[in-house]
Amino acid sequence: MAMLEVRDLHVAFPRGKRDWIEALRGVNLTLEKGERLGVVGESGAGKSMLAFAILNLIAEPGRISQGSISFEGTNLLELSDRQIRDIRGNRISMIFQDPMVTLNPVLTIGVQMIETLQAHRKISKREAHKLCVDKLKMVAIPSAETRMDAYPHELSGGLRQRVVIAIALLTDPELIIADEPTTALDVTIQAEIMALILKLCRENDVALILITHDLGVVAEVTERLMIMYAGKCVETGKTREIIDGPSHPYTGGLLKALPQNAGRGRKLYQIPGSMPPITNLPSGCAYHPRCEFATDRCKGGAPELVNGVACYTPLKQAEVQS
Amino acid sequence: MSKPIVETKGLQVHFPLPTHFLSREKPVLHALNSVDVSIQPGESFCVVGESGCGKTTLGRAIIGLQTPTSGEVYFQDQRIDQMDEATRKPIRRDMQMVFQNPYASLNPRRNVFETLAEPIRHLMPEKSEAEVKAQVDAVLSATGCDLSWQRRLPHEFSGGQRQRIAIARALVTNPAFIVADEPISALDVSIQAQILNLLTDLQAERGLTYLFITHDLSVVEHFGTRVAVMYLGSVMELATAEDLFANPKHPYTRLLLEAIPKLEGGSFDKPRTPGELPDPVNPPPGCPFAPRCPMADAQCRSERPALRQLPQSVTQVACHHAE
Amino acid sequence: MITWRSLFKKFLSDPVALCSGIVLLILVFMAALAPFIAPQNPYDLMQIDIMDSELPPSWHDEGEARFPLGTDEQGRGILSTIMYGTGISLLIGIGAVIVQAILGVTLGLIAGYKGGWIDAFLMRLADIQMSLSTLMIAIIVLAIFSATFDANVYADYAIFMLILIIGIAEWPKYARTVRSSVLGEKNKEYVDAARVIGLPARKVMWKHILPNTLTPVLVISTIQVAEAIMTEAALSFLGLGMPVDKPSLGSLIRSGYELIFSGSWWITFYPAMVLIALILALNLLGDWMRDVLNPKLRRGED
Repeated sequence: MAMLEVRDLHVAFPRGKRDWIEALRGVNLTLEKGERLGVVGESGAGKSMLAFAILNLIAEPGRISQGSISFEGTNLLELSDRQIRDIRGNRISMIFQDPMVTLNPVLTIGVQMIETLQAHRKISKREAHKLCVDKLKMVAIPSAETRMDAYPHELSGGLRQRVVIAIALLTDPELIIADEPTTALDVTIQAEIMALILKLCRENDVALILITHDLGVVAEVTERLMIMYAGKCVETGKTREIIDGPSHPYTGGLLKALPQNAGRGRKLYQIPGSMPPITNLPSGCAYHPRCEFATDRCKGGAPELVNGVACYTPLKQAEVQS
Repeated sequence: MSKPIVETKGLQVHFPLPTHFLSREKPVLHALNSVDVSIQPGESFCVVGESGCGKTTLGRAIIGLQTPTSGEVYFQDQRIDQMDEATRKPIRRDMQMVFQNPYASLNPRRNVFETLAEPIRHLMPEKSEAEVKAQVDAVLSATGCDLSWQRRLPHEFSGGQRQRIAIARALVTNPAFIVADEPISALDVSIQAQILNLLTDLQAERGLTYLFITHDLSVVEHFGTRVAVMYLGSVMELATAEDLFANPKHPYTRLLLEAIPKLEGGSFDKPRTPGELPDPVNPPPGCPFAPRCPMADAQCRSERPALRQLPQSVTQVACHHAE
Repeated sequence: MITWRSLFKKFLSDPVALCSGIVLLILVFMAALAPFIAPQNPYDLMQIDIMDSELPPSWHDEGEARFPLGTDEQGRGILSTIMYGTGISLLIGIGAVIVQAILGVTLGLIAGYKGGWIDAFLMRLADIQMSLSTLMIAIIVLAIFSATFDANVYADYAIFMLILIIGIAEWPKYARTVRSSVLGEKNKEYVDAARVIGLPARKVMWKHILPNTLTPVLVISTIQVAEAIMTEAALSFLGLGMPVDKPSLGSLIRSGYELIFSGSWWITFYPAMVLIALILALNLLGDWMRDVLNPKLRRGED
């Protein structure tokens, strides 16, 4: 049995008195132990929503309107607040884009780490302190001992994100959900942080859900990939296979639009238009107004996810036929 | 080389840091340390570097949003940094800027027409209202905007559409030179390509010169003619885009290139040691990159390398060890 | 971004805001149309008869139908004086707020945009002003004013004096509000874009920054009108506000205050109720506006 299994997940937000808008429109996901999954999409595609939904953290007035999320056999949606807290931050950790979401600016790093640890483990202060220093060393923070007494604002952005990773690792979680962990950081720091996350996941057999808009990062770090568009998964499969030969026209378009895939001085491939807001989705396949292969069938009905791609005219099939 | 369109000589910008009014120390942030660049007409001159390297300050100093502490800025051989507003006005038509964040660069309470008409009305007061209207229409169609957008407010548009409007505003006075400060980094991946293509097309149609400021080297490789790599207020390497990517000379350039996530994968497999920018208020005495540099020796830590021309090449590098 | 239309829609769907709005509208209409609908003109000495003084409301045995809410000690109908008095109170409140806003917005804009020593100077000035209570300043100035000039001159100019004093004493509230939103706006890129084309600072400030700082000004204005009316009422109650022959709500309350214990409660009671209704409506409306226009409380709607 898979470690994490999300079935037909819908998240809805109210609009007006009786109307609901779906931000996630039926997402399926399975994750094995120690597996690294990348979730890629543009802003508004629902990728962060997916992360929050898995932790049952959807803010009011939104709610999970349908579906199930089972983690190691228990359905997270049926747990009480107490039980879910025991999993969240303990067996599933989260890393956010802004380290200051996790870090409290008025407490030292040490106090926060020890507090987190003691919330989930029966452990003496001294042992906790030692363990925290170990974790800080693990994320390659120089002079870890003295950093325990530092306040978050005394650290640079890169070091802060390392501290957040150390906190995420404190309770030896089985799964880490990282939501754009390096978007706010410089390229060289991003490379350091992603290399660190990759190494830690491999060494400790931790599963990872990496949410990002950057296909390059996903290609470097993850084994499996899920492309989201307008609240749905449009393509999923092995990262390598998708990047080398995408099936969905949207994935293909995203890859072709990257400057590194165009020759110098040549024009970039461009997907026309922009993603529709979830409040105003077109009929049928949400991508059809931008798709160069769209047929009348695409306008009529939304394609199901079959063999890892939700498209009536997938690229590979089109190539085979021609 | 032909005559440069924009040139800086020994450009320095220092920011005094806020202090208590009784304190004796007057700490200064060195945002730009003696930068000399010359931008040729028709090229896309890219400036890359990480946050805090001074790339934005360079753009702002050239366009006139930031008064240099010392040094000179020239536009078509005229010194502009100390020019009075009346003499500068005709030059302002020729120099425009596109900003990073399309959600902040358009005044939320002005409709598209008002936003686009303002530069013409201010810089070309001789134009009649009908001419203003015609010019706005022309620039909107040139940037792929719909003419019906004119009476609408910025919040009705998506990020990509807003950036098109911002580009239209920069082009409305028919400038020769445009500073583009991270014009695509706030946009979604599929929109980035649209805006980059638009900038390329406009350059071809109008013979524009760009100063393109970015942190994204893969964009530079695609888009740039020449590249200046900046670190802590100084230019580290200045080369043509082909040379920079084929044969990077400065160790910092190499570090930047290695850090780009590659679609082929595999480059993040080895762990990296944390490297941070040194404190720009008290920069180290030698090479600013020395604390992170694998090649650094005693000379690097004590003596600041000047930007020098490499033999048999057009590349300029500020490194004691590059050859 | 909130448009006037969506604001109006929200206003209609919020019962508290709607009720305060209606109360306010009734009071404003009542005050504006007082010369046409009031049973008597309390300013016209010919219509006042001292024989009618201290009549109770009309539903009492001794009451008269001419005076639905009774009369005061000079024989003026309470209903009529309330109608005229509400007008004077509103006039002072709104007038004072206009003075405050003009002063405060201008100085706040300059302080925020120019920064440096101008900012420091103006803000310290505001601090000093804020440390002196409005009431104290008003009492001192009005006491000197009424001692210097005779009662007739005082009666003629009291309304302007009140507007000016309350207006000048409260400018720092506007200045601070505007300054803090200018500090937020002036580093936005649209301001840079205006500077790139060489627009002079004056135009950048008034044409680009000011329109984007007016939302908080709108919010505090409602509350400030209520505050100014309260200040005026307090001053009138102390005998330093509007004279008895041109009464505001405050001076009406004062004029009946001494008669409460002799049984003529209505002279104070009805003006007080109107004052409370007016202040409450303004404050509730101000609170509602602050909630609706505050971007922090409005996540995920735009």
